[in-house]
Amino acid sequence: AAPLPPPPPSGRPRPCVRFKCGFTGPVLDVLSRRPGWQQAKDEEEWDFLWCDVSWLRENFDHTYMEEHVRICHFRNHYELSRKNYLVKNLKRFRKQLERDAGKLEAAKCDFFPKTFEMPLEYHLFVEEFRKKPGTTWIMKPVGRSQGKGIFLFRKLKDIVDWKKVRTTVFSLGNLVLFLFFHPLFLPMTCSDGGRTEEQKDETQIETYVAQQYIENPYLIGGRKFDLRVYVLVTSYIPLKAWLYRDGFARFSNTRFTLNSIDDHYVHLTNVAVQKTARDYDPEKGCKWMIQQLRQYLTAKHGAGSVEVLFADMDNIFIKSLQSVQKVIISDKHCFELYGYDILIDRNLKPWLLEVNASPSLIASSQEDYELKCHLLKDTLHIVDMEGRLTGKEKRVGGFDLIWNDGPVSREGNLGTLVNGSFMANTHLGCYNDRKQQLKQLFRTLSA
Amino acid sequence: AMLDPDSGLSLTIARIVQRLQGSSLHSQLERQARVSLHKPEIKLESLKEDIKDFLKTSGWEKKLQNAVYSELNVFPSPCHPAAPPEHMKEPLAYMRKAQGSWEKRILKSLNSMCTELSIPLAQKRPASEQKELLNKWNEMGTDEPDLSLFRPVYAPKDFLEVLMNLRNPNYENGEQPSFRNHLGLIQVPLKVKDIPELKEDFSELGLNTGQLGIDDSAQVPPEFFENEHVRVGQKVLAEQDSAAAQQYVRQGCPTALRADLWALILNISNQPEDILYYEQLKSNVIQYDLLVDSLIYKDVKLTASNDDYYFVFEDYLYQVLLCFSRDTSVLDHFTYSSATPPKSYIRGKLGIEEYAVFYPPNGKINYNSFILSVAPLCFLYHEPSKLYQIFREMYVRFFFRLHSISSHPSGIVSLCLLFETLLQTHLPQLFYHLREIGAQPLRISFKWMVRAFSGYLATDQLLLLWDRILGYNSLEILAVLAAAVFAFRAVNLMEVTSLAAAE
Repeated sequence: AAPLPPPPPSGRPRPCVRFKCGFTGPVLDVLSRRPGWQQAKDEEEWDFLWCDVSWLRENFDHTYMEEHVRICHFRNHYELSRKNYLVKNLKRFRKQLERDAGKLEAAKCDFFPKTFEMPLEYHLFVEEFRKKPGTTWIMKPVGRSQGKGIFLFRKLKDIVDWKKVRTTVFSLGNLVLFLFFHPLFLPMTCSDGGRTEEQKDETQIETYVAQQYIENPYLIGGRKFDLRVYVLVTSYIPLKAWLYRDGFARFSNTRFTLNSIDDHYVHLTNVAVQKTARDYDPEKGCKWMIQQLRQYLTAKHGAGSVEVLFADMDNIFIKSLQSVQKVIISDKHCFELYGYDILIDRNLKPWLLEVNASPSLIASSQEDYELKCHLLKDTLHIVDMEGRLTGKEKRVGGFDLIWNDGPVSREGNLGTLVNGSFMANTHLGCYNDRKQQLKQLFRTLSA
Repeated sequence: AMLDPDSGLSLTIARIVQRLQGSSLHSQLERQARVSLHKPEIKLESLKEDIKDFLKTSGWEKKLQNAVYSELNVFPSPCHPAAPPEHMKEPLAYMRKAQGSWEKRILKSLNSMCTELSIPLAQKRPASEQKELLNKWNEMGTDEPDLSLFRPVYAPKDFLEVLMNLRNPNYENGEQPSFRNHLGLIQVPLKVKDIPELKEDFSELGLNTGQLGIDDSAQVPPEFFENEHVRVGQKVLAEQDSAAAQQYVRQGCPTALRADLWALILNISNQPEDILYYEQLKSNVIQYDLLVDSLIYKDVKLTASNDDYYFVFEDYLYQVLLCFSRDTSVLDHFTYSSATPPKSYIRGKLGIEEYAVFYPPNGKINYNSFILSVAPLCFLYHEPSKLYQIFREMYVRFFFRLHSISSHPSGIVSLCLLFETLLQTHLPQLFYHLREIGAQPLRISFKWMVRAFSGYLATDQLLLLWDRILGYNSLEILAVLAAAVFAFRAVNLMEVTSLAAAE
């Protein structure tokens, strides 16, 4: 392959960034419209890649990337995004935190509902299940998204029915394995990167997690909702993470009640599932911007409680990233935009439902389209192929730097110690005047 | 004949005393006074003074003050003692007449729908239906009744047509509309304020005074205005002073304090008897089915259910509006409204006054204009009876003026005229241009004003706007805002060539 042009001397914009993008919609629009960026032709070399995770799995390991090249995923992001790996990493991190810093600090990791990998931890799960009879649990496939394959249960009998034993013969000699299959199971490949090579050749075992269901979600207008928040990580070692001010609350279309466990729609607020509900009106949107939510909660509970709630959410983002910090293959080419799903309960405690390494970038409305375009634009500003930033910025557009190998304070410049009380540099659900901020930022940088 | 200030004052006092007498506050004060007799500091020699002091220190005097203040705000100053009661409703005869014919038209429309669909205006629900409704009380939005045959009784543009055709028969205006008179759609000679008068009235909105929503933005350090303003707000709430609260909110309410401040200004305390009253209304809804209920359902489905932000509160809207339609205490406001509640007769007794009832019980037929004025309140109040009372009070103080024809400065006619006059005076070129391209500005801004901007502004901005409505006890700010929007977009508007593009 022809050698790529060297990276530009700092301060001068690159004449052309060649990007490759596997998607249409806001991503492609933002990339195409970025000044000086051009879509790479089929066999051409590229400088920037926005790919999906299957490309990653197939090609990352045998793709050579020059120093300046950027790609939108970390090789083993599934340590964070697959539910069973996340719970393993969090459990391990919590243990370590308890050893190093004590029980109180470790308790800050208790934002993930009790989760057990199935069928591996079936017996551990049954032990926990028997401790609290009558509580509701949710069974989720680890690899699937958009609410598929999820169901709720309260009795062990319900999953004994589910857990049908079938024999399957594998082509590995005469080994006969007994495996657990879902009755409606369709063979499928793992959607975001399996751990071993063998699994590519076999019919996939579908791993599930059984998770304690949050029975007292915070309701507005009698409806349950969850939050989608965006966190951008540009490096794991050291950990550098940005939090986007905008996000949204996704409402269930129907009123919440524990009586209708079989009513899939009540409990799953993913927009994808809601779209198939009978009375779903696609024009309606079922979404609130986080700013609306923050205002509603402030009017109802006062600014103090809401600040505690949002600080607890900051804690979720940081701790979850720290828990995978040593496991993720740190690669300077990689950055990743995560979509965090958070559920708030009636005590105003936030719970982490899951982390998406490929958050949906399809727009469901004009407002949604604009949010996603701005999100992506600001992501590209931070990735900074053009080499404009100094690296000392605490805010770029709608993103606030929340962790830079340590907490980032609102006051003062990056890295300076601040007297007085520490105020975190997070503004989730606050006013997002990104346009003005970017204008000012780039004006200062070019001066 | 001008009323001399002294007799005006004594008339006002007499009216307020009459209204407060027999109210629950009255009986509570009496009870408190009696209880205080047991206290050591109350001495027989100075009984009156001591009781007065006790009421002051225990906060009851403040409650009385708030009630009096509330009455002053709501009821207009009395006119000449010889004036007939219609004058308190509406002093101008031609306005009364116009309102009367508008009401006849609405009623005709309702009656014909009724006959067409053969649905009675009211009927008692069978027991099974009552039980079902009670179970579903918190999720009435899940109901999908067949509403295709119902149509809203009127649309905002019908109302605008009526307002456009208002004429004062005593006013000879043979001239064609021109810059020398009035180019707009409203052609009645009501007095509206000009900018200097508005500046004086709304002095707290001047550039030198801090405002929430502007001076608390991220770039402004909170020590500059926000911190002190919040502190003052907390003090006002601690003192429970209605008048101070009304003055305070002119600069905007902090989000966390707004619900309590508005309740203080509107003098809503959600006493047990208020909750009981709400429960009675609720049981009335359960027991009886009114034709207007279907109209309410239809209006809610058409407006709030499809709104991006208010869809969440759909169920609360049904609860509030269905109760509202049965609330006969709302009839009180008709003494100072130009409107008159429609009457209906028990079947077979048409025309016989003893068998006349107001229909619906609260006298209001059309809902689509103010459904969206309930929704923002759901952001602030979550307890149904409190939400209900706040809405009812907001309605009988302000919002009713947006759907009746009157000469009141906060009435929709005056607001339209104020809007047009401001625009014509200060942006004549824009006004003329829009008129020429068939986009009379009022055609665009009418729906904003008639809904008090609900559904047209983001909720946080809407609530800041309504802070000022409460603070100044006037809706004139709606017209000023509408004109300001046009001024803000003047450059773009000058380039459009059609009404659709202007919208």
